[in-house]
Amino acid sequence: MTEQDTQTPLLDAKGVSKRFGAVIALSDASLRINKGEIVALMGANGAGKSTFVKILTGALKNDSGQVLLRGINRKIGSPAKARRAGLVPVYQEPSLIPDLDVADNLRLGNTPVEPFRHWVDQLGIKDLRLVDMIGHLPLATLRILDLARALAMKPDILLLDEMTAALPTNLVKNVLRVVRQQANEGQSVIYISHRFAEIAEICDRASVLRDGATVGDLPISDGVEDKIVELMLGAALDVGPTRDAETTTQPGGTPRLAVKGLALGSKLEDVSLSLHPGEVLGVVALEGQGQDELFEVLAGMRRADKGTVAVDGVHVSFRHPANAIAAGLTFVPGDRAHGLLMQRSVHENIALPLLARPGKWGPIRMRAEAAKVKNAIERLQIDTRAQGEVQRLSGGNQQKVTIGRWIAKGVDTLLLFDPTRGIDVRTKRQIYLLVRELAAQGAAVLYYTSELAEVPAACDRAVVIFGGKVVDIIEAADANEPTLMRAAYGLPRQQTGAA
Amino acid sequence: MSRFISKHGWTLGLLALFLSLLAFTRVIQPDFGASGLESLTRATLPFAFATAAMAVVVIAGGIDLSVASMMAVAGVTAAVLMEGVSGGASVAVVGLVLVLGLVMGAINGALIVVTRVPDIVVTLAMLFVWEGVALLILKAPGGAASPWLRSMIAGSLGIYWLPKAFVLLAVCLAIIWVPLRRSRLGLSIYAIGSDEHAAYRSGIAIGWTRIAAYAICGLFAAMGGLALTMSTGNGEPIPGPYLLASVAAVVLGGVVLGGGRGALLGPIIAVFILRLVRMDLTLLSVDPNITTIVEGTIMVVVVMLGAVLAYRGRRA
Amino acid sequence: MSTVNQTTSLKRLGRFLADNPIIPLIILLIILVGILEFMRPGIVNERWIGNTIKFAIPLAMLAACQTMTMLTGGIDLSAAVAATISAFVMATQVQLVGVPMAILLGLIPAILIGLVNGFGVAICRVHPLIMTLGTGLIGTGCLQVYQRFVIATGSVVPESLAWLGTGRTWGLPNALLLFLPFAALLIWGQRRTGFGRLLYALGSNETASKISGVRAWQVYLALYALSGLIAGVTGLLYVGLIKAPSLSLVNPLLLPSVAAAVIGGTSIFGGRGGYSGTVVGALILTVLGTLLTLLQMPEGARRILFGLIILAVTTIYIRLTNQR
Repeated sequence: MTEQDTQTPLLDAKGVSKRFGAVIALSDASLRINKGEIVALMGANGAGKSTFVKILTGALKNDSGQVLLRGINRKIGSPAKARRAGLVPVYQEPSLIPDLDVADNLRLGNTPVEPFRHWVDQLGIKDLRLVDMIGHLPLATLRILDLARALAMKPDILLLDEMTAALPTNLVKNVLRVVRQQANEGQSVIYISHRFAEIAEICDRASVLRDGATVGDLPISDGVEDKIVELMLGAALDVGPTRDAETTTQPGGTPRLAVKGLALGSKLEDVSLSLHPGEVLGVVALEGQGQDELFEVLAGMRRADKGTVAVDGVHVSFRHPANAIAAGLTFVPGDRAHGLLMQRSVHENIALPLLARPGKWGPIRMRAEAAKVKNAIERLQIDTRAQGEVQRLSGGNQQKVTIGRWIAKGVDTLLLFDPTRGIDVRTKRQIYLLVRELAAQGAAVLYYTSELAEVPAACDRAVVIFGGKVVDIIEAADANEPTLMRAAYGLPRQQTGAA
Repeated sequence: MSRFISKHGWTLGLLALFLSLLAFTRVIQPDFGASGLESLTRATLPFAFATAAMAVVVIAGGIDLSVASMMAVAGVTAAVLMEGVSGGASVAVVGLVLVLGLVMGAINGALIVVTRVPDIVVTLAMLFVWEGVALLILKAPGGAASPWLRSMIAGSLGIYWLPKAFVLLAVCLAIIWVPLRRSRLGLSIYAIGSDEHAAYRSGIAIGWTRIAAYAICGLFAAMGGLALTMSTGNGEPIPGPYLLASVAAVVLGGVVLGGGRGALLGPIIAVFILRLVRMDLTLLSVDPNITTIVEGTIMVVVVMLGAVLAYRGRRA
Repeated sequence: MSTVNQTTSLKRLGRFLADNPIIPLIILLIILVGILEFMRPGIVNERWIGNTIKFAIPLAMLAACQTMTMLTGGIDLSAAVAATISAFVMATQVQLVGVPMAILLGLIPAILIGLVNGFGVAICRVHPLIMTLGTGLIGTGCLQVYQRFVIATGSVVPESLAWLGTGRTWGLPNALLLFLPFAALLIWGQRRTGFGRLLYALGSNETASKISGVRAWQVYLALYALSGLIAGVTGLLYVGLIKAPSLSLVNPLLLPSVAAAVIGGTSIFGGRGGYSGTVVGALILTVLGTLLTLLQMPEGARRILFGLIILAVTTIYIRLTNQR
C-alpha cells in the first residue's frame, strides 16, 4: 500500500463542480484511482453520481475543478476522446447500435474482433454470432457485449455503471471474476453499484458522494456497509412538524387502490400494495427498481404484463390516462417537462383537465373556470408574478402547477412521482402540508420520493421496492433514514437499538 | 440460408411480388416483352433515383422534402448547359450537375445541423428555395440533352432483355452504395438513425454524419434530375410528384420512418412495383386520371401503414 | 458580465416579441407600405387599400387552416386543393342544382379531404406534412376525373359569390362581411373555447395533455375536418374574386398561406401564436407581393424569398425563445 502513495494516480479528479441553471448538481466531487485498484463510487439518489460519471467520461463539461489523467490535466471533450485517453465507460444503457449486427458495431467503434471474442467467451456468452442483430439480443447479453467491447479496448480505467443490474446470477459471477482479474493484471476499475455484496466482494475502496460532494473514502472491510450508509445519509431534513403523530390512519375497509402482482417489462416484477382513503403511502426505491413502470401503469400510460389493479374494489384496466382519471387516479409525473405546457400560462395549465372531454370543447365558462383556478392557486400559494409562461416559473412553482391542476379538478387518488425533486425547502414543506391536508379530507395519495427524509414527514407508511419487488413495508414511526436506506439497498433490517 | 431469408425476407417478398406482377402484365398484354420492360425501366428511372435519395436520409433518421425540387434544379441546369454543346463538354456538365447535387444536399444538411430547426421544417423551406432556383434557371420547359446521354437509356443491351436504363441505374447506385454501406461513414449513417444517443456514446460525429447523409441524398437527387432530362430531352422547372412517390417507395421497401433499418434494394424494387402497377392500369385502359388517384391512394395507404408500424415499434 | 446582461436583455426582447408578435408585424406592414409609396408616389390610395384587403382576405382565410394545424405542430398542405375542388364543384353544379345546393355540394369534398387527413394524422400517426401532401395529390386526381364528367355542363360563378368576392360597399370590399365575423370567431375561439385551448395544449406538450386526460386523436380528427371546411369556404370566396374556376385555382395561395402563418408568429412546432398575427401576416405578404411585382421580381425569386422567410423566422423563434 505504501508503494502506491508514491506513484502518480491514474485518475485524479479534485474539486469538480457543475451546476445546471439554479441547481447545483456537484459542488466538490473528487476521486482518485491508482493502478490496479477497484474503487466503488457510491451515493444515494440525487447525490450527483450520474453527473460525475458524465464529467469523468467527457459527456459533460465541469464548471470548476480538474480531472488529471496520469498526472496531466487533460480536457476530455467527448466520449470518443475519453476512450482514446484510456478511460472506457460501460453505461447503464448499452451503447450498441440496435439496427446493426455485432460485427458492424465492432467496426464502428474500431474494436479488435479477436480480443472481443475472447472476452465474450470469458464472460460466459457461448452462442454469439457476429452476424446477430443487436436489436434482437436480450438486454443481459447486450450489457455483456458492451463490457466485452470495452475490455477489448484494453482500457487503463474501466468505468462500470450498474453493470450487474439486469444480469442473471451466473453472469454476475462471471463479471465479478473478470473485473477482479483485470485489477490483478494492473488495470483499474471504477465500479458503480447499489449492491453491497458485490462491492464487498471485489472492491478495494469506496468513495461516497452526498449532495454533490465527496464525503468519504473508505477501504472495504467487514461491517463497512454501516459506515457507508451513514455517510450517504445527510443531515436530517429539517422541515418542522407537518402532522400530529396521532393522526396516523389505520387502514381498514375497502382500499381505494389495490394492486396485486403487477409486472411490466424487465424492471417491474411483482408489486402488490393497497392504499386506503385518507392514507399517504410512500414508495421508496433506488433509481430504476420498477417504480416508474408502477406509476405509469396506474396512470394509464402503459399496460401491465401481469397482475391486477382494483379501484374501490372494482377491477380496472386502463387503455388511456383518461380512463385512469375517470376512475379518480390522477398522476403528477416526476419530470415536470412531461407534465406541463411550458409555453402556456399558469391558468391554461391548471384548467387543462377541465377541458379534456369532447363535451367541454364548446365555449368556456370563464368565470367558473377562473374561480377553480384561483382556488387552486391560492391553496398552493403559487407565485403568479410570471404566470404568462410556465417555463419562466421556478421549479417549485412549476411543481405546484402540476399538482394544482388536480386540485382544480378535484382529487380522489393522487399519484405523486417524486414531487419535490430539485425544489427549495420552503416549497417542499408546503407540498408535505398539502399532501397531509388532502389525505385528511379523504384523498388517497401514493407518494414516490427519492428523498428518504420525506417519508416520515409526509407519509403514513412506506413500501420499499427493490429489484421490481416489494421487500418491506415500514410504518412512519419506524421510517428513519438509516432503516429506509438499508431497506432500499435490499439489506435486512438492523436489530432495534443499532440504528 | 434460413438466416439469409429471415434477414432479407421483406426484400425477397417484394421481388416475388414484382415478378408475379410482371407475369400478370404478360397475361393481360401477351406481347409485353423487351420493349415493355424497357419503357417501364425508363419511366421508373427518375423515381428510382428519388427513392434512393430519400432512402439514405430516412435511414439516417431524417427526411428530405426537397428531393423533387433538387431534381428539378439538377435537371434544368443540365438541360440549359447542354444546349448546343459538344459531346466532350457535356461530360463536364454531367460532372458539374453531380457536384451541384452534393452541394445542395450538403446545404440542406448543414442548415439542419446549424439552425437546429427540425429536418422536416428546414427541408420544407428548402423545397420552396430549390423550386425557386429551378424557375430562375429556366422559366418554362426547355434546353436540351446531349444525344449520347439520351441513347444511354434508350433501348436494350444487345439481344438480351436487359434495358440500358436498368444497367445505368444499377451501376450508379452500386458505385455509391456498395462501398458506402460497409464503410465507417455508412455504418455511422445507420447508427445515427438507429439510436442517436448510443451513436454519440460510441464516438460518432453526429453533425458531420448527418450532413454527409444529406449530401449523398443530394447526389442521388441530381442523378434523378439528369435521368429526367435524359428521358424527356429537356429541362422541366416544375418538380414532378417525386416526393410522395419516394416516401411511399421507401416505406414499402422496408426502410422504417425514424431510421436505422433497411437498405437501398428494397425501396428500388418497391418503386418498380409502384410504376408497374401504374403501367398495368394503363394497359387495362383505365382512365389515366383514375390511375393517378389509385396510385396516390396506394402511396398514402402504404405511408399510413408504415407510420402505424413505426409507432407500434417505438412503443414496444 | 456585460455579455451576460446583453443576452438577457436580448432574451427579454425576444420574449416580448414572441408574446406580442403583432406589434412589430404592424410596424413592418407600415414600413412596407411606406416603401411602396416612396417608390410610386400616389399609389397608396383608398382604391389600393380596398384592393389589398380584397386579395388579402382569401389568403388570410387559407392561412387560418395553417394557423390552426400549426398550433398543434401540424400543417395542412391539402388546403389549397380542397379549396380548388370546392370552388370547381360548386361552379359546375350551379346550373344543375341551384346555388345553395351547389355550395353545399362544393363543401362536402373539402370536408372529406379534411376527414381523411384527420384519420391519417390522428389514428395512423402519419406526419401531417406527408399526409396532407398525399391527400392533396389524390384530390387533384379526383378533380381531373370529375372534370371529364362535367365538361359539357360548363361553369358559372353565382352572382352572390361574385358580389361577395369583388363587390364594394362604401369603398370597402364586401368580403369583409364574411371575413370579419370569421376572424372574430377564430380569435375568440382560440382562447375561449375548450377546443381552441386543446390545440395549444397538444402543440405545447402532447404527453402532458395525455396525462391530463386529453385524447389527442379526437382533437386531430375534428381539427383537420374543420381545416377542410375552412379551405372549402375560402375556395368559394376566391372563385367569386377570380371568377374563372380552374383546376389549379387556389394553388398559388398555398405557399403564401404557410408563410403568412409563420410570419404572423405562429410557431411551426405548435403551442404558440394565434390568428390575429396571421391576418397581419397575410396583409404583409399581399403588400410584399405588390412590391415584388413593382420590382419585376421573377416568380422563382419570390419562391426563394418565401422559403428563406420561413426558414429565417423559424430559426429566429427557436433562438429567441430557447425552445428545443
